[in-house]
Amino acid sequence: MATADIHLTEEKHHDDHSHDHEHHGNFWSTYVFSTDHKMIAKQFLITGIFWALLGGLLSVIFRLQLGFPEAQLEWLRPVLGEWITPEGKIDPEFYLALVTMHGTIMVFFVLTAGLSGTFSNFLIPLQIGARDMASGFMNMLSYWFFFASSVVMFISLFIETGPASGGWVIYPPLSALPQAVNGSGLGMTLWLSSMALFIVSTLLGGINYITTVINMRTQGLSFSKLPLTIWAFFLTAIIGLLSFPVLFSAALLLIFDRSFGTSFYLSDIYINGEALPNQGGSPILFQHLFWFLGHPEVYIVLLPALGITSEIIATNSRKPIFGYKAMVGSMLFIAILSFVVWAHHMFVTGMNPFLGSIFMLLTLIIAVPSAVKVFNYITTLWKGNIRFTSAMLFSIGLVSFFISGGLTGIFLGNSAIDIQLHDTYFVVAHFHLVMGSASFFGLMAGVYHWFPKMFGRMMDAKLGYIHFWLTFVGVYMVFFPMHYIGIAGYPRRYYSFTNYDTFNSFTDLNMFVSIAAIITLGAQFIFLFNFFYSIYRGRKASMNPWNSNTLEWTTPVNPGHGNWPGEIPTVYRWPYDYSKPGAKEDFIPQHIPFSETPESNFPHEDEMIKLEGDGDRDAVVIDDKK
Amino acid sequence: MFEVIIAIGVLLLLIILFTLFRISTLVNVVKGTDKKWVSTSNKVNAALMMLFMIGSFGLFFWYSWTYFDDYTLAIASEHGVLTDQLFWITTAVTGVVFVATNVLLFYFSYKYQYKKGERAKFYPDNTKLELLWTVVPAIVLSILVFTGLKAWNDITSEASEDAEVIEIMGYQFGWGVRYPGVKDDQLGNYDYMLIDAVNQFGMDLTDENSYDDFMPNELHLPVGKEVLLKIRARDVLHSVFIPHLRVKMDAVPGMPTHFKFTPTKTTEEMRSELGDPEFEYFISCTEVCGRGHFSMKLSVVIHTQEEYEAWKAEQPTWLKLNEDYLEQVPADKRELAKIKAGIGNEEEELEASL
Repeated sequence: MATADIHLTEEKHHDDHSHDHEHHGNFWSTYVFSTDHKMIAKQFLITGIFWALLGGLLSVIFRLQLGFPEAQLEWLRPVLGEWITPEGKIDPEFYLALVTMHGTIMVFFVLTAGLSGTFSNFLIPLQIGARDMASGFMNMLSYWFFFASSVVMFISLFIETGPASGGWVIYPPLSALPQAVNGSGLGMTLWLSSMALFIVSTLLGGINYITTVINMRTQGLSFSKLPLTIWAFFLTAIIGLLSFPVLFSAALLLIFDRSFGTSFYLSDIYINGEALPNQGGSPILFQHLFWFLGHPEVYIVLLPALGITSEIIATNSRKPIFGYKAMVGSMLFIAILSFVVWAHHMFVTGMNPFLGSIFMLLTLIIAVPSAVKVFNYITTLWKGNIRFTSAMLFSIGLVSFFISGGLTGIFLGNSAIDIQLHDTYFVVAHFHLVMGSASFFGLMAGVYHWFPKMFGRMMDAKLGYIHFWLTFVGVYMVFFPMHYIGIAGYPRRYYSFTNYDTFNSFTDLNMFVSIAAIITLGAQFIFLFNFFYSIYRGRKASMNPWNSNTLEWTTPVNPGHGNWPGEIPTVYRWPYDYSKPGAKEDFIPQHIPFSETPESNFPHEDEMIKLEGDGDRDAVVIDDKK
Repeated sequence: MFEVIIAIGVLLLLIILFTLFRISTLVNVVKGTDKKWVSTSNKVNAALMMLFMIGSFGLFFWYSWTYFDDYTLAIASEHGVLTDQLFWITTAVTGVVFVATNVLLFYFSYKYQYKKGERAKFYPDNTKLELLWTVVPAIVLSILVFTGLKAWNDITSEASEDAEVIEIMGYQFGWGVRYPGVKDDQLGNYDYMLIDAVNQFGMDLTDENSYDDFMPNELHLPVGKEVLLKIRARDVLHSVFIPHLRVKMDAVPGMPTHFKFTPTKTTEEMRSELGDPEFEYFISCTEVCGRGHFSMKLSVVIHTQEEYEAWKAEQPTWLKLNEDYLEQVPADKRELAKIKAGIGNEEEELEASL
């Protein structure tokens, strides 16, 4: 594990180092128990894709029930077995399990591990000019804890009593009492065990990301020159590090209540003809603990996607990102505020209404930095010279979802309006657009953009376009109609609406949504084909196929262990010198010194030239003595 | 047999698609388009941006306009008028932003698509502009916050002394309602330890106030009078949602909650307003509670105040319906219990009327 210690010393040292480490891993140490951040990133990505597919399939099964409540689903019996009732319907409890697992899988396994795990791992060392993560070993552990967590969660899908089925928020007492719902038996035990492992994985990863960004930036790369991707990953890791332990404590207390007879969340319960002895606990306590993670989690999912998008939009508009400082500032502000808005999920839970007022105020404040980000994205497009790569398309899609889904947050953050909309399809529409789809588009954009650096080959562009348009239109067709259904008062997590006259008027719209969901899922197979085919047969990539400025594009087409064969490049400028007036090309990478670009320098940059020469070695002192 | 044919069909389709993909890739290589910085697809994508924008805004406005009555619910409570007003104000404000920002996003994408030989404008920041779009949203949001806060504080303020108090309890999978009774107008104490198959509410029969409490199968409410719903749950979380009254509050085991509101339209009035003689108000559950979550429906009837009082007077007390439980009443209170519960009255009344 010498990589971590040897970074950034003398030039000679580097050369020796990289020769030392070429090609002496076997299959296991290269592909399985790898400590190389690039391989770990790919492991996260592939696992994430597997989970995304599974989560998507689950959603299509419950959309079948919602869109076609009368349909015969006997043909699903070979797959679902007893979960199909003798009448050929989905079992109502299994429906809840589907909803629960869809949420859990998408939020944690796809958009947290799949997104942060992939891109923080892949991009942090490459974009800050480091040979690897601060601790390659911890990084490897992070993936394998995630893998173990995945295995446990996957097993829970196949047990007889079914997986957890109390919603992804697992509110007790429902999640604490096996007699309340079958999924709260072994399924819930596995869910909690899996999440405990997952949290360990997230923390190991997060500590690494933070340490690496703080300590291992290459010479000249000050925080004010960091690409927005790194800013986003850095802040995400901090949020995760502060909030995931709270989920862990919530889960731990729940485990105590379930298995050891404590009463943290249980009180005054009479169920199945029996009064339970538990007294004095509070279900609201769990909700506070859960949402103390749950709300920052939204930003853990979203910030990396926004960071990725910032990078891609700037690159493909051939323009500097507009308002770099404001972008960093708003992310910082969002990161801080994300910790003080959690109770807006709880306006009508019986929480003191005065608390409701405070959280409403704080919640609506968070809309301001979000608005700033949107305006800055749009201004970045203005007077650009836009090239629609697949990644760029997905980034524009993300901005559109972020607007459409973000605005409905202003309704839900307002406690008075939330009374009616809480736990209706309006909420479902809101978070699927702003958090789910936006982050998913960030993930997709990232894959298309950095695929050449990951696998040394290009993905097929046309298939990418088809994938984008089907998915983009599909997502809007799935989630936009849900606003209407929500305004009409349809509650979430309902197996069927047929016994309500008022709630039974949207059968056609529900059918439309279900068909759109099936088509959208179908479109993902285009991506899957493109992805796996291109890994082996895609067109060979060049070093810097998008003419981008950041450091990862200075590595060879297939960066080896240690990333740069020679010396790590020094950084002289910010990452967004696109279309600079006077410059020969429309981009100037970060490692080009100002002394080489006299034609495009601004006066204050000419001043910088003096510092470039001998300042190199001393400008950043990095202690490599361990 | 049929399945095999379908499988072969799908396989053939996939092979055809794959062949098409290979051919187009090879054509690209021959033409050299894959080496180009930007291909004609760029123009197509740019045009699709505009097409998508126009098409989806068209759908949005058409559906929102045409089906307005279908997706909006009639209001039948005082605070509901207020919250709906806030909803529509917010819709107007966000609607403008929604259209404006999305139009700019797609229009800029189209307008500033790649053109050979052009160069993007180097425009890294503009402090004035950024201040503008920080301050303006902040002001607009503050206005929304303060109107919302005012409404929220009104809705959650203390109920008045003479509010009609009714208890509702959620359980797997249904709702129970309990009225304080006409004799004392006070809800009796309860204890979850006392719950059994008959005493569903766990009523404490040592408390005098419980003797005249009654539990109908539906929730009945008076129009034009403030109602204070006392909400609790027996097993897991539930949530009382009365869509037409804009009422929603969780039912929490171990922590009673409440919601106060004033109904403004009787069931009859609503029926004629909607032109639906079958219409009934109802409660549904909005907190996932297990297998029967979707089926937790309870009918709600809103009367005029006179009808309501008459209805209340007609209801037999729980104790009267379950005379066995008189044994649980302390001996010294048994007579009082009989009187308050109306046990034994019937014959007397009958005799009196004869």
